[in-house]
Amino acid sequence: MSSRERILGRVRRALADAPGEDVPVERGYLREHGDRSVEETVELLAENLADYRAIVHRCTAAGLPATLAGMLAARGAKTVLVPPGLEPAWLADAGTEQVPDRAGSTPHELDRVDSVVTACAVAVAETGTLVLDGGPDQGRRRITLVPDHHICVVRVPDQVVSSVPQALERLDPVRPLTWISGPSATSDIELDRVEGVHGPRTLEVVLVGSQPSEDVNS
Amino acid sequence: MSGTFVGMPAFPEAAHEAVHNQTLRGNLRHATHTIRAKRAKAVSEVSDWAELREAGKRIKDHTLRRLDHYLVQLEESVVAAGGTVHWAADADEANEIVTRLVKMTGESEVVKVKSMATQEIGLNEALEAEGIRAYETDLAELIVQLGKDRPSHILVPAIHRNRGEIRDIFEREMSEWGRPAPEGLTDTPAELAEAARLHLREKFLRAKVGISGANFMVADTGTLVVVESEGNGRMCLTLPETLISVVGIEKIVPTWQDLEVFLQTLPRSSTAERMNPYTSTWTGTTDEDGPQNFHLVLLDNGRSDTLADEVGRQALRCIRCSACLNVCPVYERAGGHAYGSVYPGPIGAILSPQLRGTASEIDASLPYASSLCGACYEVCPVAIDIPEVLVHLRERVVEGGPVVREGNKVVLKPAKGHAAERAAMRAARWAFTHPGVLRTGQRAASRTRRLHPRTLPGPGRAWSDTRNLPPVPAEPFRDWWQRTNGGKEGGK
Ligand code: SF4
Repeated sequence: MSSRERILGRVRRALADAPGEDVPVERGYLREHGDRSVEETVELLAENLADYRAIVHRCTAAGLPATLAGMLAARGAKTVLVPPGLEPAWLADAGTEQVPDRAGSTPHELDRVDSVVTACAVAVAETGTLVLDGGPDQGRRRITLVPDHHICVVRVPDQVVSSVPQALERLDPVRPLTWISGPSATSDIELDRVEGVHGPRTLEVVLVGSQPSEDVNS
Repeated sequence: MSGTFVGMPAFPEAAHEAVHNQTLRGNLRHATHTIRAKRAKAVSEVSDWAELREAGKRIKDHTLRRLDHYLVQLEESVVAAGGTVHWAADADEANEIVTRLVKMTGESEVVKVKSMATQEIGLNEALEAEGIRAYETDLAELIVQLGKDRPSHILVPAIHRNRGEIRDIFEREMSEWGRPAPEGLTDTPAELAEAARLHLREKFLRAKVGISGANFMVADTGTLVVVESEGNGRMCLTLPETLISVVGIEKIVPTWQDLEVFLQTLPRSSTAERMNPYTSTWTGTTDEDGPQNFHLVLLDNGRSDTLADEVGRQALRCIRCSACLNVCPVYERAGGHAYGSVYPGPIGAILSPQLRGTASEIDASLPYASSLCGACYEVCPVAIDIPEVLVHLRERVVEGGPVVREGNKVVLKPAKGHAAERAAMRAARWAFTHPGVLRTGQRAASRTRRLHPRTLPGPGRAWSDTRNLPPVPAEPFRDWWQRTNGGKEGGK
């Protein structure tokens, strides 16, 4: 008998005491917590991102190239990884050398790049989470992992949802997903939180809105 | 399960030793109290905690009730997504499968994401015996591995070590395993984390094989989920060419939507965060992104036996958040090592004796490693009634009875060496079923509290030798209730 048959047989015998009995799943929990306007949801995202030590910037679509160029320059980045589908205009003003995301590049090559700029699939306000799904403007999972500095651009309010249930609804489970809430961190030493163990030690988020009133670079 | 830690004494002796280790107790108290307070705050942020907890419990119970169905469905979806599924009835079989898969790649080293399942089966040792070196990459696991130590907590396995001890371990051992610790390493957490980053990065960048567990497996999509903080998980899950995940058969949830419950309750219960820094999900393989070979090893190793126990099977709902450890007064004093298993604390006290059976002395003693205060049940995000299972297992140890071992029904004999406990249990049951006696006993106890001995006389001595008798309250609850009209008139 194969182990598959053995295990399935054991499981079936173990459940024989109450055949057909089912436990219905009730979903009495909330789809989102609290009542917020769209602006308030974006505000909550910014707050929660910052609370987990991501650096949050805001600008308009028109101001994005200048904002990104400024951020890369401030960091002193000489090279920046770029996913294949990233809007070319975003990095038009940046003087940084662009390195395309290639399947063939080795981890060591990625390790030598200073920064990476990506878009995201969805952002969750209540938890301060960015979700990347490997789409063309986000690239392979490893490009947001190996370099030490990740800049993630979120289109607000379109890409922002309130809650985890709302985020899952929007995502395709077939794609490999990476949920990011603040930079890499550990609390393994006396429960003192330290940022940056293996992933990027600096996470910067740019919330790009359409209204000029949001142009409050922080 | 692969058995107890070698030469492990029964819980009372191991705990007795730990209780007298001042450093250990200090490290533990600090850690558990910090995390306990933070967790309460994180939970209070979500107004529907009770509903999330109920839904989590029901999703897991529903899944366990039809586990055979969901296992088959999961297998189909993983295969459809490009993965390969292996079934392992016990630890030896799982270790053989993983060893064979690693050897097929021609590699002799692997990087590992922290995983309870691989610790449970003793995978690192099994690989070592075949000439394969397994590198633990979680910071705490690294501390444990370098220190030739054992994990003592589910979430923070090196919780028993303070920063000074960690610095010494790094300085002494890192060079044995790869890149040495930087010169003049101090004991600040930031410097220690940096040393680990440098030490492990060279391993991540060259690794061809990654080994992980999973927090969840989604039956209808074939998706696996790993929840973590440091990014070592992402490294192991995406950089290697081959990924092998060893996962207990109870880790299934039926649908993608079910994750919405656990992705809210798990981070808050474990690290007391709204969300952990990184969560990775993958469904089979993806062209040109991440490992191109994915193997899932489904592990039974005592789980189907546990499923056969109507009371005990609820332990399989556990999502390994470790909240029950952090509130347990016994864990806080005894430390994780005293439980003689990779699963310490209240959940370990009910899980280990079920996965391994109660034949060994340590496993027979584990159901007694509790004061039955109920705090573990209160915090558990999937509402496992740990005290209920403890009492059930105590009865089994003491009285014997029918159980399932390796798929076969067997009748357990009452445990030897537990005659005193048997007497205690009989006495307790008798008292509980005779309320008048209980009442009188309590009154007498509180009136004479100053005269109480630290050990029981006569046949009770063996039992109380390894236990501190709980202090008796000044006034029985019943009297207090009557005197104050249920607290309405202001208690004492
Ligand atoms: S028993 Fe409950 S509280 Fe304890 S680790 Fe498991 S899920 Fe968490």
